[in-house]
Amino acid sequence: MADATPDWIDIGGIDDIPARGARTVRTGGKPVAVFRTADDEIFALIDRCPHRGGPLSEGIVSGKSVACPLHNWVIDLDGGQARAPDVGCAPAIAVKLVDRRIFLAADAFAEAPGPTAAERGQTA
Amino acid sequence: MDMHSPRRERLIVIGNGMAGMRTVAELLERAPARFDITVFGAEPHPNYNRILLSAVLAGEKSLDEIVINPRSWYEENGIDLIAGDPVVSLDAAAGVVRSAGGRALAYDRLLLATGSKPLAPPIPGLDLPGVCAFRDIADVETMIAAAQHGRRAVVIGGGLLGLEAAWGLKRRGMSVAVVHLMPTLMERQLDVAAAQLLQRDLDKRGIAFFTNGQTEEILGGERAEGVRLADGREVPADLVVLAIGIRPNIDLARKAGIDVNRGILVGDDLRTSDRRIFAVGECVEHNGQVFGLVAPLWEQARICAARLAGDDGAAYATPPLFTKLKITGVDVFSAGALAAADNADDEITFHDAKRGVYKKLVLRGDRLVGAVLYGDTADGSWYVQLMREGADIAALRDRLVFGQTAAGGDATVPAGIDIAAMAEDAQVCGCNGVSKGRICRTILDRNLTTLEDVRAHTKASASCGQCTGTVEAILVHIVGAEAAAATGREPALCPCTEHGHDAVRRAIGEQKLKSMAAVRAALGWKAADGCHKCRPALNYYLLCAWPGEYGDDPRSRFVNERVHANIQKDGTYSVVPRMWGGLTTPAELRAIADAAEKHRIPTVKVTGGQRIDLLGVRKEQLPAVWADLNRAGLVSGHAYAKGLRTVKTCVGSEWCRFGTQDSTGLGVRIEKMCWGSWTPHKVKLAVSGCPRNCAEATIKDLGVICVEAGYDIVVGGNGGVEVRVTDHLVRVASEADVLEHVGAFLQLYREEARYLERTAPWIARVGIDYVRQRIVADAPQRRALHRRFLHSQEFVQVDPWAERAERGVEAHEFAALGRAG
Repeated sequence: MADATPDWIDIGGIDDIPARGARTVRTGGKPVAVFRTADDEIFALIDRCPHRGGPLSEGIVSGKSVACPLHNWVIDLDGGQARAPDVGCAPAIAVKLVDRRIFLAADAFAEAPGPTAAERGQTA
Repeated sequence: MDMHSPRRERLIVIGNGMAGMRTVAELLERAPARFDITVFGAEPHPNYNRILLSAVLAGEKSLDEIVINPRSWYEENGIDLIAGDPVVSLDAAAGVVRSAGGRALAYDRLLLATGSKPLAPPIPGLDLPGVCAFRDIADVETMIAAAQHGRRAVVIGGGLLGLEAAWGLKRRGMSVAVVHLMPTLMERQLDVAAAQLLQRDLDKRGIAFFTNGQTEEILGGERAEGVRLADGREVPADLVVLAIGIRPNIDLARKAGIDVNRGILVGDDLRTSDRRIFAVGECVEHNGQVFGLVAPLWEQARICAARLAGDDGAAYATPPLFTKLKITGVDVFSAGALAAADNADDEITFHDAKRGVYKKLVLRGDRLVGAVLYGDTADGSWYVQLMREGADIAALRDRLVFGQTAAGGDATVPAGIDIAAMAEDAQVCGCNGVSKGRICRTILDRNLTTLEDVRAHTKASASCGQCTGTVEAILVHIVGAEAAAATGREPALCPCTEHGHDAVRRAIGEQKLKSMAAVRAALGWKAADGCHKCRPALNYYLLCAWPGEYGDDPRSRFVNERVHANIQKDGTYSVVPRMWGGLTTPAELRAIADAAEKHRIPTVKVTGGQRIDLLGVRKEQLPAVWADLNRAGLVSGHAYAKGLRTVKTCVGSEWCRFGTQDSTGLGVRIEKMCWGSWTPHKVKLAVSGCPRNCAEATIKDLGVICVEAGYDIVVGGNGGVEVRVTDHLVRVASEADVLEHVGAFLQLYREEARYLERTAPWIARVGIDYVRQRIVADAPQRRALHRRFLHSQEFVQVDPWAERAERGVEAHEFAALGRAG
């Protein structure tokens, strides 16, 4: 399937995201948060906290983790696992940085988990 | 003779109940290898907490939850448990016991812990199906089954056990009547006044009472159908529960020729008339006394274990007895004497009928000898402590009835308990028999830091939970004191650092640290970036310390303060424009209505702070909504900020016939001075135009109440989870004075409260006298605080909405990065 479409999608430059910050990427229904750490590492997760679906892209980024703005679950950016004692996972999406451009793995968008609550609100 | 493994002595315990197993547990701690232990139990269960059967009946706990020693405990400790095979005979001369199942075992030491049997009145009908006692798991199972099929229950006996049975059955949906022989309930534990309050409360909960009721017969042919009283009254019932009391179970001992009276006679060493045989619990009689409460059982277990372990000095004395009724929401406590015995005794009583609180203390000379508490039992443990110590209460006498806090105890400790003053052997957890000393030792030995750990390792507060506050206080007492001794500091700000809030702030000022990186470097932060707890705090402390110099870090702000709107549970935002002093105009209302329609904002709501909330706005819509509101002159209301929220006002002298001053105008002027400020937590203000206080100024962080003579300024109120009424700060004469005091107060709060500390807990911490000293007594300092406040305001009074809607500040916040998929 990966062969049918380009492997990587260029979604923007690293300087479009503030250090220790995040931006969202519009997808065909799949909310994705792209994070930039203080060390210019880039990570991408489904923009939904495994707890109550809070937008991780709005959380405070420190080190390689983000704290969900709704109830302060701390999620590891590298892999998307919630830090103990909480348990859960925000699916990670493969991402690479080439010449300060950010690319997301295209095959991650094969199966869409549906719109976010906010996006549902848009159609209501 | 084998010198390496001398034969261990054989200890047989008859009775697998609370007193017997407590003794075994204490013995294992003292002399783990001394005995081979065999335990006989008549019931087929492991040892469970009989006290909590009422909680099982009421559906508040499961049977599993009241097990004290699971079967694994017996295995781990090498104890041979023979449950469900009762001992039927004892040959004391030969030192052998025989069980119903044909076992014959020899012992070197025997412990009788056979407990008690329910008392049954001498009346016909006791054998009918539908009649049971309230003594063991089988009884509770009978009662629960009856509650599923039958409608009506009669409980014979209005003591502790009977009332708990009645309440449990009521909770199970039955209609319940209690027949009690005496004129008042729980007459052995309660005086008449408390008993009447209790009966009134239970009556309100739907339990019917037949006091002065002597049961003559249980009616019914095939099964129980009701009871008939001596005065001819008949009470119909599908279930009859006998709960008139207990008597020691002494049959086995008596047949074996051991001395018995009402109970098995024991001395202070808890030995029976046979030197090899000990006895503990409800089966014993000591100094003419028999026992039905838990505290003396634990004490007997402790002494008996010491004796078995070879401590010949251990001697039992009955501790002060106290009783608590375990009915949810009904607080009854009783200890010692119920009333003055003679003219030499005094009683102190306190009665608040409306709150349903009653307290009686019985004094003998300068000693407390009895306490009956109803409705408010928080100080029960303290009174027992005073009784146990025989403390001289002469100096406390006038405040004694109001409890430990009023009498000068440590108010920070819950349940009125002074941990430091508490004896090491004071029983903290009655359910599991855990003393203060044992909790302290376990915390220290195992380095425990949480209540859950203490519970897991000691079982203290693991059963009924009534002692949770005390256990927590002990934990704080030990760990807190140790931490304080080790570091001399307040608790750490977050896991990134050892330093507390105050230390960090001092360092920022003294070392002139002007960036987060500088703070983290100077104070040895463990994480290079900090974390979501310390970053917002440091950002605030730096903003407050270096106005105009420190550049705010949006990446260290919670989303609401970064986006200038309140995130909702579905990820949308709410938008609240400022309405100065709660005033608005037709043009503003029209602009709000137009924006709501244009952007299809789903919900429009009036807030508690006298303004209008637009709910359900998507993030990318925010700049356009703000632009439309800005055009009508509406600016951010900072409803999302740890900063000034609102100044609520009443209409005041302009319109109100009671108004003494222009409260609305003053509110607007205060809001104009204060808007945009960042504070440790949110700040809500109010101005009322007269003492009728329609703006609810007395539950605000700062309130102004206008009077004819001027303005009363009150501070530190809160209307949230923990309501706190303001403290009076000062009365001033002019509006200019009000503004100066408000600015100075807010600046003091900004500079000295810890991040996320509201004014109410801050003032509770530092004391209103300190605030008065700084704001009222010291006028030059007040003016300096006010000046510093105005200076910092110069840099923040910029509408953040306009910056974002028109000047593109933080534009990346409101647009997606790109598109994929």
